[in-house]
Amino acid sequence: MNGVITWLTDPLNWSGSDGIPGQTLTHLWYSAISLFVACLIAIPLGLAIGHTGRGRFFVVNLAGAARAIPSLGLLYLMVLWLFPKLKGDSAFLVPSLIVLIVLAIPPLMAGAYAGVEGVDPAARDAAKGMGMTGMQVLGKVEVPNALPLILSGFRSATLQVIATATLAAVAGTGGLGRFLIDGQKIRDYPQMAGGALLVAVLALVVDLLLAVVQRYVVSPGLTGRGAGPARGSRRRSPNRNLGNTPLDVDIPSTTRTVDPQTP
Amino acid sequence: MTWFLDHIPEVLRLAWTHAYLAGIPLVVGLALALPLGWLARRYSWLYAPFTAGFGLLYTIPSLALFVMLPLFTGYGILSPVNVVIALSLYTLALLVRTVADGLGAVPDHVQNAATAMGYTRGKRFFAIELPLAVPVIAAGLRVAAVSNVSIVSVGTIIGVQQLGLLFSDGFNRDFYDPLVVGIIGCVVLALLFDGIIILLARLLTPWQRATGGRA
Repeated sequence: MNGVITWLTDPLNWSGSDGIPGQTLTHLWYSAISLFVACLIAIPLGLAIGHTGRGRFFVVNLAGAARAIPSLGLLYLMVLWLFPKLKGDSAFLVPSLIVLIVLAIPPLMAGAYAGVEGVDPAARDAAKGMGMTGMQVLGKVEVPNALPLILSGFRSATLQVIATATLAAVAGTGGLGRFLIDGQKIRDYPQMAGGALLVAVLALVVDLLLAVVQRYVVSPGLTGRGAGPARGSRRRSPNRNLGNTPLDVDIPSTTRTVDPQTP
Repeated sequence: MTWFLDHIPEVLRLAWTHAYLAGIPLVVGLALALPLGWLARRYSWLYAPFTAGFGLLYTIPSLALFVMLPLFTGYGILSPVNVVIALSLYTLALLVRTVADGLGAVPDHVQNAATAMGYTRGKRFFAIELPLAVPVIAAGLRVAAVSNVSIVSVGTIIGVQQLGLLFSDGFNRDFYDPLVVGIIGCVVLALLFDGIIILLARLLTPWQRATGGRA
């Protein structure tokens, strides 16, 4: 324990691009790029599937199957395969980023899909009855209503990416995982444990920040936040208290869904 | 393929270790989650701190938890005990909420009927509430089982023997076969766990078959 504190408080470890602040920034940077790309792919797809009801089978199974694939194995496989095809620093970085993106897609898509799927049909019908087009229904009714689940999908994707970005250090990329891997190579336990502590703190801080965002971005009509008794909405929304575990994005089982469109 | 055929005993040995490293935590986690979930249900003010608190635990990346645990447990970094403890904590984190929600989903009229028939609180829990919560708990357990199998392979980095060893073996030798066999082994193991839990849940809820899913 003392060794860990010594390592964490050693000024040498706090300077330079491979010091603690530098590696934290690198870690966050890789995570942010991967999440951004994954969002661009997964959210429109999830919204489209939720809106049209087509391809439900695909999302439900993808989210389950993705959980079974070991991320470390996928990482090694991708590096082994792409490393000879790339040059310079990108040879380490690109395979890792691809794995991070691939792993972030299922929770993001599941969140977007389940959110839209779970919108009260009465609200959707009312919007259609008011003359809204399909895109307006999606943008003005479905997305705001689905926001709690979209954001909890984003939270689990973020955690997954931060955790896997740590593993990516075995493939030679930067980030806080470096301390764990480099420490392990030279049997320097204080460095490993210090790195582990930093990763855990980073994940906790990011998750708490996202929890706060989730609380304030979602419409007060859904969270019940600030709703006066005059509106009679003391009742709490069923979507409150959503966290980061995979169970928070509960995809309705296909077998139980009654779909009037299927013959 | 020939690599696999030549190394079947070794792969099976690793798979077996992998199975118990992922399986023991499921049992431990469930055993701890049942009383905690019940408490969160019984005293509703405990629900929010419990689910939020265990949610935080789930936030810690697995590799970080594996490396930090020796500080608290006193076992060496190479000891598989740390992996088992870490996964038990993850399973617990996931299941406390599931158990509380599953118990909460038991309809009031069913509970009242049981009380009217003379069931005591304890008997009602074991004979009525717990069995009716089985489908929900099983769904949570399936998620935990599948992610446990995947997380165990991360133990490779700290040198714990299991299927993940084949990943690093293949990677270090620039040789796809062990790597692919390791990944397929992990997926097969996850599917096996999933199947066993589905089967157990079916056996424990015979009324679901009799009524076509309407409990």
